[in-house]
Amino acid sequence: MTRDEITRMVAEILAGIAPEAELSAVAGDADLREALDLDSMDFLNFVAALHERTGRPIPEADYPKLSTLDGVVAYLGGTDA
Amino acid sequence: MAATGTARGGRAVVGAYPRIVKDPAALPVAPNLADYEAARRAFDWREARALLDGLPGGQGLNIAHEAVDRHAAGPRAGRPALRWIGRGGAARVFTWRDLRAETNRFANALRGLGLGPGARVFTLAGRIPELYVAVLGALKAKCVASPLFSAFGPEPIATRLELGEAEVLVTTEALYRRKVEGLRARLPRLAHVVLVGEGGGGTAVPGTLDWGRLMAEASPDFAIPPTDPEDMALLHFTSGTTGRPKGVVHVHEAVVMHHVTGRNALDLHPEDVFWCTADPGWVTGTSYGIVAPLTNGVTNVVVEAEFDAQAWYEVLERERITVWYTAPTAIRMMMKLGAEALRGRDLSALRVLASVGEPLNPEAVLWGVEAFGKPFHDNWWQTETGGIMIANLVAMDVKPGSMGRPLPGIEAAIVERGADGAVSVVEAPMVSGELALKAGWPSMMRGYLHEEARYRKCFAGEWYLTGDLAMRDEEGYFWFVGRADDVIKSMGHLIGPFEVESALMEHPAVAEAGVIGKPDPVAGEIVKAFVALKPGHEPSEALRRELLGHARRRLGAVVAPKEIDFRAGLPRTRSGKIMRRLLRARELGLPEGDLSTLESDER
Repeated sequence: MTRDEITRMVAEILAGIAPEAELSAVAGDADLREALDLDSMDFLNFVAALHERTGRPIPEADYPKLSTLDGVVAYLGGTDA
Repeated sequence: MAATGTARGGRAVVGAYPRIVKDPAALPVAPNLADYEAARRAFDWREARALLDGLPGGQGLNIAHEAVDRHAAGPRAGRPALRWIGRGGAARVFTWRDLRAETNRFANALRGLGLGPGARVFTLAGRIPELYVAVLGALKAKCVASPLFSAFGPEPIATRLELGEAEVLVTTEALYRRKVEGLRARLPRLAHVVLVGEGGGGTAVPGTLDWGRLMAEASPDFAIPPTDPEDMALLHFTSGTTGRPKGVVHVHEAVVMHHVTGRNALDLHPEDVFWCTADPGWVTGTSYGIVAPLTNGVTNVVVEAEFDAQAWYEVLERERITVWYTAPTAIRMMMKLGAEALRGRDLSALRVLASVGEPLNPEAVLWGVEAFGKPFHDNWWQTETGGIMIANLVAMDVKPGSMGRPLPGIEAAIVERGADGAVSVVEAPMVSGELALKAGWPSMMRGYLHEEARYRKCFAGEWYLTGDLAMRDEEGYFWFVGRADDVIKSMGHLIGPFEVESALMEHPAVAEAGVIGKPDPVAGEIVKAFVALKPGHEPSEALRRELLGHARRRLGAVVAPKEIDFRAGLPRTRSGKIMRRLLRARELGLPEGDLSTLESDER
């Protein structure tokens, strides 16, 4: 997946969890929970949806890697293309 | 009242898990409370009060004096009182001497603004050092401190500032711009807003004051004026089933309870490094995240960042935490990560684990043993009680799933309400009824602000009625059964359905809304809303998201619903009240119970 595709997917997932969140206004290295006012349940739901959409197993130990958009892109092996 | 008929959240765990046997003599540090029965018999509130100094010259009792000044004037003056760990890993240490100077400055600043005894000083901030200084400084100036949870949205913030008659708000520039600026017109009483800049830096926002400048211009010398122990000190908001949130009034005398429960329930010793993970926006984060560790002279570790299991383990190890007070939701998230994540960590300093916020399931109590080599000690109390009431103790056997036994000085019982409103004590063991406490402990609320009728309803004769349903076993351990009302407990936070319903009703498409707590393995409960639409609006995914966004913007993520379902109509009683109990029973597939008051059913 490209970075754009991953960003779009993240935006779609967030639209179901926190529709008021404006992902486009968030820097790539900003903590999504903080920038978008997500609580810990929102974040768990976000990770669960990432797993569902990509089919990739995401062990709990990896959750901290998914706390920023850059982190999600890197984790899912996003390409710059 | 047919208690069992209205209970919810009940579990049959009693006796299903082996008790964890304690040997007080074998504990590495002799516990403050070594013999429960003997301590109960010998307990005397005057002796508990004598553990504190009181203001010099017999001028009364002030929480901030016990927490700060008395240690700043004693042998602990140069020891770390507050160890703050910032989001980016930066740390700041305040000795008691530092804390005295900082809180004095803020007390002087308040005085300079013309604020006298009784003025309400609110805080709205993450766990930054300024929050702790503001609360303690306000107490010194005999103002009333009211910390709000920074994750609240604008609506809960406005409601609480209005109800609490806020005159001062200390917040951050970022939170001000996002949540408060637009509310100013609604808050004519709010005379002063003090802003802390990003990373503690300066600010220059019209209509506000800059924290740094205010503090720099204030003197670090301040003498706490005479303080009546019954003077109002802290204002915490809690949620009821109906109506607006309630402002729970606590007085300076509460410090007797904060202090003695720190000793007895959390086993605080002078050499301890203590970490309470709760935010001061909730009562735990004030009573035990600010007051109790400081009065007991132990180092209080404050972590700004939100929950992250690995980061928390890092704090436990690096800070050499000895006593850790946390919450079920966090424990259950750590359980999901698994005990393997702790391998290689040196947590040898850790001595006491405690939990509060909602009942801790027995699996989580036992997981403490697996992961940390000691059980989590669950305890029970609420905003109204001001301090821990019932607890599993270090030197007492733990029955997993039980909230423990009443602390020395606390009389607890299971009671039944009669038709005339009077209550009778249920003596038989393991019978469900309402948990009641004999009124009169030092940190008992002194009122709901401007809500005398609601306050009086909490008492029957000599008993304070908690609204929780529980059972007592033959050894005197209490077991939580459920709430007697519709209040939702999510991630340890009490959420009033009415507040959520009101926010949903403000949306032009919504005709009715009913909000319930839906059981969740991690959060305890999550907030779920049922919504009926006005004519001309059709249910759709787009509208569901719009309502979700609307509620989150207004209420903040922790209060807003996580799920919204559409209904053509909601079940109502003859008097027009939405039957949340029925919505919940149907959602969970439980028996619907007594429907005699049902007037119009859901469609």
